[in-house]
Amino acid sequence: MALVFDRPKSLTDKKFHYCPGCHHGIIHRLAAEALDELNIQQKTVVIASVGCSVLAYDYFDTDAVQAAHGRAPAVATGVKRASPESVVFTYQGDGDLASIGMAEIVHAAARSENITVIFVNNAVYGMTGGQMAPTSLMGQQTSTSPQGRSAESNGYPIRVCELLATLDGPSYLARVSVHDPKHVREAKKAILKAFQMQIQHQGFSLVEVVSTCPTNWHLTPVEALEWLEKKMLKQYPLGVFKKIEGVE
Amino acid sequence: MSLVLKKGNEVVGEAAIRSGCRCYFGYPITPQSELPEYLARRLPQVGGVFVQAESEIAAINMVYGAASTGVRVMTSSSSPGISLKQEGISYIAASQLPCVIVNIMRGGPGLGGIQASQSDYFQATKGGGHGDYRLIVLAPSSVQEIADLVKEGFQLADTYRNPVMILGDGILGQMMEPVDLGSGDVGELPDKPWAARGKKGRRSRNVINSLYLDSEKLEQLNLSLQKKYRLIAERETRAETYLTEDAQIVVAAYGMTARICKEAVDMVRKKGIRAGLFRPITLWPYPEKELRLAAQHSQAVLTVEMSAGQMVEDVRLSLNGEVPVEFYGRLGSMVPSAGEVFEEIQRISKKIGEVK
Repeated sequence: MALVFDRPKSLTDKKFHYCPGCHHGIIHRLAAEALDELNIQQKTVVIASVGCSVLAYDYFDTDAVQAAHGRAPAVATGVKRASPESVVFTYQGDGDLASIGMAEIVHAAARSENITVIFVNNAVYGMTGGQMAPTSLMGQQTSTSPQGRSAESNGYPIRVCELLATLDGPSYLARVSVHDPKHVREAKKAILKAFQMQIQHQGFSLVEVVSTCPTNWHLTPVEALEWLEKKMLKQYPLGVFKKIEGVE
Repeated sequence: MSLVLKKGNEVVGEAAIRSGCRCYFGYPITPQSELPEYLARRLPQVGGVFVQAESEIAAINMVYGAASTGVRVMTSSSSPGISLKQEGISYIAASQLPCVIVNIMRGGPGLGGIQASQSDYFQATKGGGHGDYRLIVLAPSSVQEIADLVKEGFQLADTYRNPVMILGDGILGQMMEPVDLGSGDVGELPDKPWAARGKKGRRSRNVINSLYLDSEKLEQLNLSLQKKYRLIAERETRAETYLTEDAQIVVAAYGMTARICKEAVDMVRKKGIRAGLFRPITLWPYPEKELRLAAQHSQAVLTVEMSAGQMVEDVRLSLNGEVPVEFYGRLGSMVPSAGEVFEEIQRISKKIGEVK
C-alpha cells in the first residue's frame, strides 16, 4: 500500500508534551515539513527559546541550541555568523520574543541577520501559567491581569510584524494562522517562503503564527478556535507585511 | 622574536586572532573600547566575524551561539557590561562551551567610574551569575602577559570546554609596552565533535543545552561540572614569586597592583626588610599550594588590592590561619602607590619586631 502521509523526517519520534488544542504541534510539523521539502534537515540548527516550546530541541530532528529567555535571535546570530552554511531558525513565543527579547528581535531584523524566526503568538505566557503577555488583548483576563488588560495599567498589545515592517532589514514578514485547514496550508507556504529567503541569502525572515492556548485561555479547544478567529485576528490581521521582490 | 610597541587592549585583540579566534561580539564601553575598534579593523582582514551587538546581553548570547558551532570566540567589556553578561556566562558554563571573556575592570559599584579597579574579583572568581559554576580566571600584569594569557586562555577553554575570563584593569588596557606577539601559528585546532552546525549525516543530534527538568539529571550535570573543576584546580594553578625564599613578609597582589608591590618590595629590601611578592596568575583556580609554599617561612602576608578586600579572602582561606594576613587597599579607582605599600610593609615589619 502506498504511504500517503507520514511523520516528517525532520521530527523525532518523541511525543509532544503540548496540551490538547494547542497549536505548537501543528506549527512544529509545518516547520519540519519545510525542512524536509527544502532538503535542509542535515544542515539546520534550531534555536529553542524559553516558554512552552523550550523543549523544541527534543522534537526537531536537527542540531539544536537552547537559548536564554528572549535571547534566541542573538544566539542565532552567533550560530549563523560562525557557521554561515548552516540554516538557522529560532522558534519563539510572544513573551519571549515581544517582551524580554524585544531588543534582540528588533536588532536581528535591523541587521538583516540571515536567519528565520517562527514566532508563535498566543497572547499569553503559557509555560509559567497564563500571565499577561505583551500581545494579550485589551480586556483579556490573565493571571496577572485578573480584571482584564486595561490601557491604564497595562498599555496596549504589540503588533510585531507591523513594528518590524518599519525596518529596512527584513526580507519577509508574514502573519498566518493554523485554526483551520485552509489557513494551515497558507501558513505552510509562508514558512517555506521564510526558509527560502534564508537559503537565497536574502536576510531576516519571520513568520508570526497566531495560535491558541486553550489551557490558559480557560476555553475548550473548539471555543479557543472561535476566540482566535473572532478576537485575535481582529487585533492581529493576517497577511504579508514585507516581502522583497525578485525572490522565488 | 620581534617586539612591537602596542596598547594592552589592542594586544588582547591581536593575540586572540593569533590564537585562531575568528569571531568577536561586543559592545562599546570605556576603558576597553580600543579592543572592539581594533578587531573591527583586523577581523575582516583575516576572514573573521566582528559584530557590534545591541547590548552586552546580546553580545554574550552571540558568543554562546558561535561557541556552540565549535569556533574560537571572544567578547570583552568592562565592569558594568560584565554584570550584564552574567546570565549568558552562566548558560555558557552550564552548556560547557569554550570561549574567552575579557573584563578590563573599572571602578564600581553602579556606573562607578572609568578608571582602573580590581573590584570585580568576587564576580569573576566566585560565580557572578546563578548556579554552581566556575570560570578559569587569568590575571595578566603586563602587556606581554596579556598576549601570553589570551593564547593560553583559548587553549584552556578548549581543553576543559569551559569559559575563560581574562581579568585586567583599565591601566593594563590603556598602557603601551613592547610585546612579542608570536607567529600566530596555532597549528590544528582541536576537533569538536559536539558542535551544533547541522547533523551532516550524523545519526545523533548535537544539542547545546542547560535545561534539565529532571532533578537527578541536573545533579549529574552538576557533579560532572564539579569533577571538572577539581581537575582544573589540581592542574592549572599559576603564580609568580619574587624574593619569597627568605621573606618575613610576603606581599600578595595580582595584575597591575602586583607591579606596584614589586617596586615596594625592592624599596623595603634596601632598608633591610626581607619582603617578597606572591603574584597569582590564575585567580581561579587560586594557587593555594603555591601561596602556602611562598609564605611558609613568613610572619605576615600583606594583601594589596584596588578593592575593599576581595582576593584577601582567598589568601586567608589558603593560609587557613597559619600566617597572619593584613590588607591594604585603595577604592574607587584610586591606585595604591609603591610608597604607600612601602609604608605598609614597614609598619608590619615593626609590628613583627614588637611581637618578638
